Amino acid sequence: MSERWLLFKRSAGEFWNTFRRNRPGLLGAFLLLTALALAVFAPVLAGRDPSETIRDADGRPFTFASPAEHAPLGTDDAGHDIWAQLVYGARISLAVGFLAGFLSMFIGSLLGILAGYFGGWTDTLLMRLTDILLVIPDVPLMLILVASVRQLNLGISPLVIMIGVIGLLYWTSTARLIRSQVLTLKERQFVARARAIGAGHGHIILKHIIPQVLPLIVANTVLIVSTAILVESGLAFLGLGDPTQPSWGTMINFAFSRSAISNGAWWFYLPPGLAIVWVSLGCVLLGNVLEEILNPRLTAHHLEGDEKMVARQEAPSAEASSASSHL
Amino acid sequence: MISDSTPLLSVRGLHTDFIGLDGTVAHALEDVSFDVHPGETLGLVGESGCGKSTTLFSLMRLLPSAGRITGGQVLFDGTDLLALTDREMREFRWKEMAMVFQSAMNALNPVYTVGHQIREAILLHLPVDKAAADKRVEELLDLVGIAKSRKEQYPHQYSGGMRQRAMIAMALACQPRLLFADEPTTALDVMVQAQVLELLKQIQKELGLALVLVTHDLGVVAEACDTVVVMYGGKVAEYGSVDRVYNAPQHPYTQRLLEAFPDLNAPSEKLASIPGAPPRLNKLPPGCRFEPRCHKKIAVCATVAPKLMDVSQLDSAITPANGQSLAGNSEISPLHAVRVMPHLAACHLCAEPGERAV
Amino acid sequence: MERRDYIIRKLFMAVLTLAVVVVVDFYLFRVLPGDPVRAVIGRNVRISREAQENLRVQFGLDKPLHEQFFATLGQWAQGNLGISWSLRQPVSEVLLAKLLNSLLLVILGQTFSIVLGIALGLFAGWKRKTAVDVGALAFSLTMWATPTFWLGIILLVAGSSWLGLPTGGTLSPQNINKPLWEVWPDLALHLILPTLTFTIVYLGEYMLIMRSSVLEVLSEDYILTAKAKGMTHWQVLRRHALKNAMLPIVTLVALNLGFTVAGAIYIETVFSYDGLGKLFQTALEKQDFPLLQGAFLLLAVSVITANFIADVVYSYLDPRVKAT
Repeated sequence: MSERWLLFKRSAGEFWNTFRRNRPGLLGAFLLLTALALAVFAPVLAGRDPSETIRDADGRPFTFASPAEHAPLGTDDAGHDIWAQLVYGARISLAVGFLAGFLSMFIGSLLGILAGYFGGWTDTLLMRLTDILLVIPDVPLMLILVASVRQLNLGISPLVIMIGVIGLLYWTSTARLIRSQVLTLKERQFVARARAIGAGHGHIILKHIIPQVLPLIVANTVLIVSTAILVESGLAFLGLGDPTQPSWGTMINFAFSRSAISNGAWWFYLPPGLAIVWVSLGCVLLGNVLEEILNPRLTAHHLEGDEKMVARQEAPSAEASSASSHL
Repeated sequence: MISDSTPLLSVRGLHTDFIGLDGTVAHALEDVSFDVHPGETLGLVGESGCGKSTTLFSLMRLLPSAGRITGGQVLFDGTDLLALTDREMREFRWKEMAMVFQSAMNALNPVYTVGHQIREAILLHLPVDKAAADKRVEELLDLVGIAKSRKEQYPHQYSGGMRQRAMIAMALACQPRLLFADEPTTALDVMVQAQVLELLKQIQKELGLALVLVTHDLGVVAEACDTVVVMYGGKVAEYGSVDRVYNAPQHPYTQRLLEAFPDLNAPSEKLASIPGAPPRLNKLPPGCRFEPRCHKKIAVCATVAPKLMDVSQLDSAITPANGQSLAGNSEISPLHAVRVMPHLAACHLCAEPGERAV
Repeated sequence: MERRDYIIRKLFMAVLTLAVVVVVDFYLFRVLPGDPVRAVIGRNVRISREAQENLRVQFGLDKPLHEQFFATLGQWAQGNLGISWSLRQPVSEVLLAKLLNSLLLVILGQTFSIVLGIALGLFAGWKRKTAVDVGALAFSLTMWATPTFWLGIILLVAGSSWLGLPTGGTLSPQNINKPLWEVWPDLALHLILPTLTFTIVYLGEYMLIMRSSVLEVLSEDYILTAKAKGMTHWQVLRRHALKNAMLPIVTLVALNLGFTVAGAIYIETVFSYDGLGKLFQTALEKQDFPLLQGAFLLLAVSVITANFIADVVYSYLDPRVKAT
């Protein structure tokens, strides 16, 4: 046990060293962490409740106030502070994104491991299922599912419904990835050896397979989370979010449907979109970094570096070689 | 055969470095020199990582992006290859010197037919039309023993040995005068190995090619080569005709290599091996590169690197431990009849006692 | 032989998927809550039980579910997708009209993004780590992280205020119902911004895929062989790298073509462009089940078909395909 811990510590240390030197990865981490901080410290940073109506000098709701008139980000069509909405919106967008991403990742990893490890019918079934699922258009399906579940009036929060729907539809890429990794692991024979000494399936999966696919799962999760955040924003934009708990996507929906565009209120639709890009970019940079570390492509390809190949100082004289006199 | 003693290819003092990602320099080749004459088969032999393939890639100027040729002279029929521009070198490649790579699955492009790829080589360098090129493709396939109908097939439809033969056919497309073969038999099983070797020898006889064979297999060299260059740690350890080097090896490394070669006539003898590992090319010892593993080292070996020196006068003094000649071909190459082949080795022990560096 | 078996297997999968989609499509809308009769009549209109029953029979809603399924299946096979409740028109007619609009947008946008994406990806992979590569990477990554609809909004604002382009719709109000050959400049004008949005969104994706494909291909042994044969870099790229690197793109393109008809929902919503996406959104709001059902079926069929075509094309480009 302690030996494995030492190994883990050492590989974690190497991992950290490589990570430290990779600038896009660090940028990604920075972006993500600031967004998380925004969400966590929302009440402190917002300064006010997002549903509070800002009033102008005459006591009327100060609608579409520009950032110059009302710092820092102006107000919307009902006089609500946009900065506050943005900051609280971070909580919703990130929460839904992360939860949906984790759900997706969990389902995908589980199915991928099972399919890869057991092979045979399990595998074929899973592969056909993912093939079919991949081909069904995602946005229309999600629209229908969310709308219909909402109609059932089961009292489930729209956000939870969204988490469920996204999680249930986006696990296919993870499943395929994990499955092929498990297949590679299986070929390394330690599975056969473990079975030969009588280890049970569960034991093998827990002790051997999972630790080895874990890095891949982690790397993939980051990317899936960013996909989930983007998908959520899209669905929210189409009106499927919770108006009482607006995410960034819902904010843009408000802006779009409440004439922010025609009123020139760029402070209403620009910041939430930028926030989405901020977070998604962070996740993607982070995810790419992790992938780079795990699958390094450090060697140059064949069409690189030709100009530098011959670096001779000057044409040598015949005596340059020690062998010249003998040949 | 030939009586021309002017070398076709003359390598002098070739230096090649590899620059690592962190800037460290690995001296992959240092002061490599040898000659190849028209019609001659030269074997380039050594352990993995000794620089044999790097030598080939340096001569063809096909090093990977980390490689730098930092010194030396490569004369092909009088032209200094290292002084050519990229464009001139491109015209040179394949037309004068061609290369047969290891029979990797992907050395041929999987999405084009084999015939197409051979034809491409022809059309690149020879002023012929497509029909003539096609005909030549068929001739070439015939030469290497592949059915003409197979030219419309794809590489994945060929077996390993066939792919290797197709690569040979492709290399001969423009009738080069010199052929480099990088471990042509390594990835193949024994039966196919023999076929390919036989093919190479036959082609060489028919076309009068010069052939440089890179391999780690001493048996292949014994069977197919006239001359041999033994490389160690990026330098030439010994160089001479196969007959002399196999029967009177002067460099301790060569001696150990030959001892390690199993003798069919004495199967119960223990296999000899050379303890230790090859040197790390970015942390080279100041003296002889073989010194750490040498069984005959003297004091000077650790501090001064030995230069290649003529050891032909020592040939009669030493014979290999088991007293058998290992050179397979009893027939003496006409080269020997016409020209005195040098026998060089880079070892302090070979210097005259009075000349030895201190 | 290999290729034929491969195509047959892919055809089988396509048909199977289609069957699944058809079943899902039917049952999904039958089990969806919401009384279809109510939806037709309207929420607040009072109607006698008898009249309701008559309507139910008229819509065939009184029969057992599986009977309804086969009846519907028969209808669908004949191209009869029912009548739209909100538009009082045959669904197939409505779909066809909107489909053409969507196709126009999608095909234009995809063509631009494919051509530009492949070119950019090829260059970026070849000249790795140069300014072009880094710039293209940064652009693509940022585009991946940008929500489509938001990009559309920004381009809409920028395009209309700086360039005077129309703010939405497929045609100017006065040109609707006029023949195409008369109003195509107006249509073109309305297409500029949505197509631009489309192109930018997919450009990044194609560039990234092409670039990584190029990087992989350029590390293969056959590239070295090509170099050894004496080809220039450009010749190596064009003859050996391009074809091999484009293989993943083919599959992706066809898949995207099918998907983007559906995914164009966002662009069509932002620009009020009258295509399938917008239709779907509207039908959802109005709970127009026949329309939704038909639209969903059409979208799924287009993806399945596009996928199958991609597989066939791929099998002709890559001689290594096997049946299993």
